[in-house]
Amino acid sequence: MSDTEATPDDVRHVAELARVDLDEDEVDEFADQFADILDYFHALDEVPTVERDADLVNVMRPDEVREGLSQAEALSNADETEDGYFRGPNVS
Amino acid sequence: MSTQAAQEGDLAAVIGLEVHVQLETATKIFCGCSTEPTEEPNTNVCPVCLGLPGALPVLNEGAVEAAVKVGKAIDADIPEETRFHRKNYYYPDLPKNFQITQYDEPICRDGELEVSVEGERRTVRIRRAHLEEDPGSLQHVGGGIDSATHTRVNYNRAGTPLMEIVTKPDFRRPAEARAFLAKLEEVLEYLGVFDSQRDGSLRVDANLSIIPEDEIDDEGAISEETLADANRTEVKNISSHKGAETALAYEETRQKNLIRRGKGVQQETRHFNETHGSTVSMRSKEEEKDYRYFEEADLPPLQVSDWKERIPIPELPDARRERFEEEYGLDDESASKLTSTKQVADFYEDVAESFDPDLAATWVADNLLGELNYRDMQITDVEGRLDEFTRLVELVADDEITTKNAEEIVLRRMLDEGEQPDDIVEAEGLGKTGEDEVAQAVTEAIDENPEAVADYEDGDDGAINFLVGQVMGKTGGSADPGTVNGLLREELDD
Repeated sequence: MSDTEATPDDVRHVAELARVDLDEDEVDEFADQFADILDYFHALDEVPTVERDADLVNVMRPDEVREGLSQAEALSNADETEDGYFRGPNVS
Repeated sequence: MSTQAAQEGDLAAVIGLEVHVQLETATKIFCGCSTEPTEEPNTNVCPVCLGLPGALPVLNEGAVEAAVKVGKAIDADIPEETRFHRKNYYYPDLPKNFQITQYDEPICRDGELEVSVEGERRTVRIRRAHLEEDPGSLQHVGGGIDSATHTRVNYNRAGTPLMEIVTKPDFRRPAEARAFLAKLEEVLEYLGVFDSQRDGSLRVDANLSIIPEDEIDDEGAISEETLADANRTEVKNISSHKGAETALAYEETRQKNLIRRGKGVQQETRHFNETHGSTVSMRSKEEEKDYRYFEEADLPPLQVSDWKERIPIPELPDARRERFEEEYGLDDESASKLTSTKQVADFYEDVAESFDPDLAATWVADNLLGELNYRDMQITDVEGRLDEFTRLVELVADDEITTKNAEEIVLRRMLDEGEQPDDIVEAEGLGKTGEDEVAQAVTEAIDENPEAVADYEDGDDGAINFLVGQVMGKTGGSADPGTVNGLLREELDD
């Protein structure tokens, strides 16, 4: 059992934002798992600060066109395609 | 505000805008895919803009330069350090399920833009302007957004650099918002970072709330408290200046009616229906915290405040208008017309260099722009033919053709038929008739019309017009009527 609260409502809200449908058993299961995950992150608070390398800044590339993927390559992982488009269910 | 107070006093609208403009770069903001519009879907794509696992974004220097130019043009601060964040939301136009944008450290802060509304100049404050990536585009197939059977997704647009420009709530009337958008476009086009002709290159979200008019002080300022008290709506899906004005006018009336009827205004997001000119409530469940903004660890921060000195920008429309008034002695109206786009202003200066600035102003501002406008054309549609227009002005300046023929025949045929000015003059015999020929025609007209001559000599000055008409007929209309009139009088008065 974890020390951190993650309520079933938190889980439902996050599931909705992620457009994932969960049944009630799954909500309870994930509430426990969320709490565990949050605890792992709290563990990071215990890690001492160390000297680190200077951060990079201004990493950029020139505005020059580079060859990308062909349409066939781009669509090759898609379950459904139509006339060169990715095809999916109606969304609103 | 209390509803009661609002019912008693006059109501005023408070408007702010969020404007998304596509920056004109050769490639996308985080990958080397071309931004050139193309008919064929999913052809300007790569692992980065498709959000494939493991692909890493690298920032386009050209997009940052464009953002710095915009910052300079709106007189904004470019902070010492600026960085990117991830905005998380699930929608198929975003292949990564987050949009890379800027959150609390935007590249531009605290700018302003001067706008002229119905002859009155106003300064609109700009809260911030930041860089982000455009999502892909969706097609709802087989019906409207709610009744479609399925969705087709095209990621060609995904990753096109966008700049989101956020104003303070400095507009009081929908027309002011429209004027601001026109001015902003003008400035962006001068900078060469924006193409207004590109479909979807400008998208607007407009905020509006209603406050009691007496809450606005003499300086036009409104307290933070008053603004916080008024519920506002945000109208999305506006894609034109006119659309912004229409949507805001609709919202203003709708909200005022609600308040006058004693009903409150719901704070909500609304969708603009361009066909009906109305706004409808959008069921929006997401709040700011739901976007779970966090730092984009794949993009190191930017330190580009010194670019402001390094990157030059061209003379902007306001400065150029003032210079035109001083340098060429133009009035405010002509100078405004001639500086409305960079192409027009450049062309005017080109013509004014060789000919009289007033003649050049008439030809460019009135004749050329007038005829283009009548044909729903832009200066950019005749960009490659500007030397032909210069030649036409030259024909007029050198007195080789009459102004009337130049305007009514040559210019129109140049635009309608795509012909060269000299060819039209030749084909139509518009070259001004030589002096000898005119003199000959004058003599003939006098000899052939003794009655008219007698009438003139008896003091009927109108008879001269008849004789002018005869001469014009003999010369095929190419003689100058004023000259003919003078020649006739000289001849008859002797």
